[in-house]
Amino acid sequence: MLSLPFIQHALLAGTAIALLSGLAGHFVVLRGQVFAGDMLSHVAYAGALAALAAGLDPRVGLFASTIAVAVGIALLAGKATADDVIIGNAMAWVLGLGVFFLAFYTTYRATGNSTANVTVLFGSIFGISGRDAALAAAIAAGLIVVLLLIARPLLFASLDPEVAAARGVPVRLLGPLFLAIVGATAAEASQAVGALVLTGLLAAPAAAAYHLTNRPWVALALAGALAVAAMWLGITLAYAVPALPPTFTIMTIAAAEYAVAALIAYRRRQRHAPTRNTTTEPTSVTS
Amino acid sequence: MTTELNWNLVDDIRQLLSFHFMLNALRAGTIVAGVAGAVGYLMVLRRQTFAGHTLALIGFPGAAGATWLGLNTAVGYFGFCVAGALIISALPRRGAPNAGLGGFSEESAAIGTVQAFALACGFLFVSLYSGFLNGLNSLLFGTIIGITDQQVLVLLIAGAGCLLVLILLGRRLLFSTIDPEVARAKGVPTRLVGTAFLVLLGVAAGGTSQITGSLLVFALLVAPAAAATRLTAQPAAGVALSIMLALLITWMGEAFAFFSPYPIGFWVTTLGFAAFLLATAYRGIADRIARHPPIPYPPRRVLSGSAGR
Repeated sequence: MLSLPFIQHALLAGTAIALLSGLAGHFVVLRGQVFAGDMLSHVAYAGALAALAAGLDPRVGLFASTIAVAVGIALLAGKATADDVIIGNAMAWVLGLGVFFLAFYTTYRATGNSTANVTVLFGSIFGISGRDAALAAAIAAGLIVVLLLIARPLLFASLDPEVAAARGVPVRLLGPLFLAIVGATAAEASQAVGALVLTGLLAAPAAAAYHLTNRPWVALALAGALAVAAMWLGITLAYAVPALPPTFTIMTIAAAEYAVAALIAYRRRQRHAPTRNTTTEPTSVTS
Repeated sequence: MTTELNWNLVDDIRQLLSFHFMLNALRAGTIVAGVAGAVGYLMVLRRQTFAGHTLALIGFPGAAGATWLGLNTAVGYFGFCVAGALIISALPRRGAPNAGLGGFSEESAAIGTVQAFALACGFLFVSLYSGFLNGLNSLLFGTIIGITDQQVLVLLIAGAGCLLVLILLGRRLLFSTIDPEVARAKGVPTRLVGTAFLVLLGVAAGGTSQITGSLLVFALLVAPAAAATRLTAQPAAGVALSIMLALLITWMGEAFAFFSPYPIGFWVTTLGFAAFLLATAYRGIADRIARHPPIPYPPRRVLSGSAGR
């Protein structure tokens, strides 16, 4: 399996993208920005198809649209009251725009390549060429380095923004910078698992890590490790069973990780619940 | 399309109605818009828009799976959406399910995972049923072509049942939405009413998906209702306005899709978003003219109360 070039390319790009998604996803879940990530995934779809309609490389549209919208969201978040109705309507319209570009693309530029739409929606990690894989891995590596450099102040600012601001952490700068990284992550991840499923790759490993540990640094490492594990197992499973598309196997393993972690946390709470009750009850009686 | 738009409204409409598939699309669209306008209005009041979105996405693997197994897609849409509604209503409620852009929320991570997994499952069924990749776009982004007489009949029965239950629930549902505590104290079974409403929402989302596609249900389920809440505070007028807007968006969207190369999904989302923006702008201007502090629509009690819990 490892001697096949398309598997090598998939593993190279997939590992880097999964690690980036897991690490960025940790902060996305911590900061409660899962729906912002969802929004960016919709933007990624519209952006990629806009670039295809304009005759450009879809990656240009992916990165330009997701990073621009991410910074826009971050700048607006403080001022406008972005409630779910507004976000939902805007998200649906962005997807509608994507459909518009799709129709434009298939009418005016279709060169028999009608699978481009499916690739943008659901990814095709087995179809990545050697050069594309190397580029995706290099971009992911760069983003991981930036993310790790700002990890400490970002964690501080995420957990307690007021105290962090008082201690001189540039909270206002970190928010847009982080969302820009999430935007770039969305653009990277949509090459692997597609625009529609990338929210799961951001949210599931990170949320699973949260159930397994309370320590933020351990959770960060665990989120990255779980995402990479989901990618490796998913690729292996999709290779072993050709009927299953890799996007499905990767997402299934990520969702299973989350389900198992939630179950472990639930069992642990149940086991600890009686002992905690017996220790708290006497103090409440005496006080 | 082989037909040409000649800007003669009567002639254009006659052209439109001369196609049987277009007639079916308009019939189905009318039924779906009526249900979506009414149920959507209450969904916006109850702040359950993301539940509606999740239900619609759960419908996608249902429809794709039904196609794979050779069943009617309507069976898949309604089956999965209603099952999803029952599961969601059985889950324990912790915190606001629609926590948007701030504050750690376990629930939003869980919803994100479930949605992505549902979409991945749908993709699996689509790729297992090889040669069906062209149908993928119809399932995700809607279509006006290929709605059968049987599908219209199923939609009609589901829609009529949905509206009947909504009328029966009527006052109790509105009461438990606007003030759940007092409603409970007065003996309204709020939890049962909430479950019944989620099932209605599942039927509405499953029906709407068949016109707008799973990804774009917001265009009919949320946009008209959200616009209506910004135009009037009265529930009865709001429901009527929401239904009217939904009908208008659907008819115009289907007609535009017929005469242009662009699909219905683009038109209904654009029209819906435009209606929502215009209503929001109207509210802002009306408030400024009235020279008193903006009145939040929907009423504040709904916003701050633990509605839908």
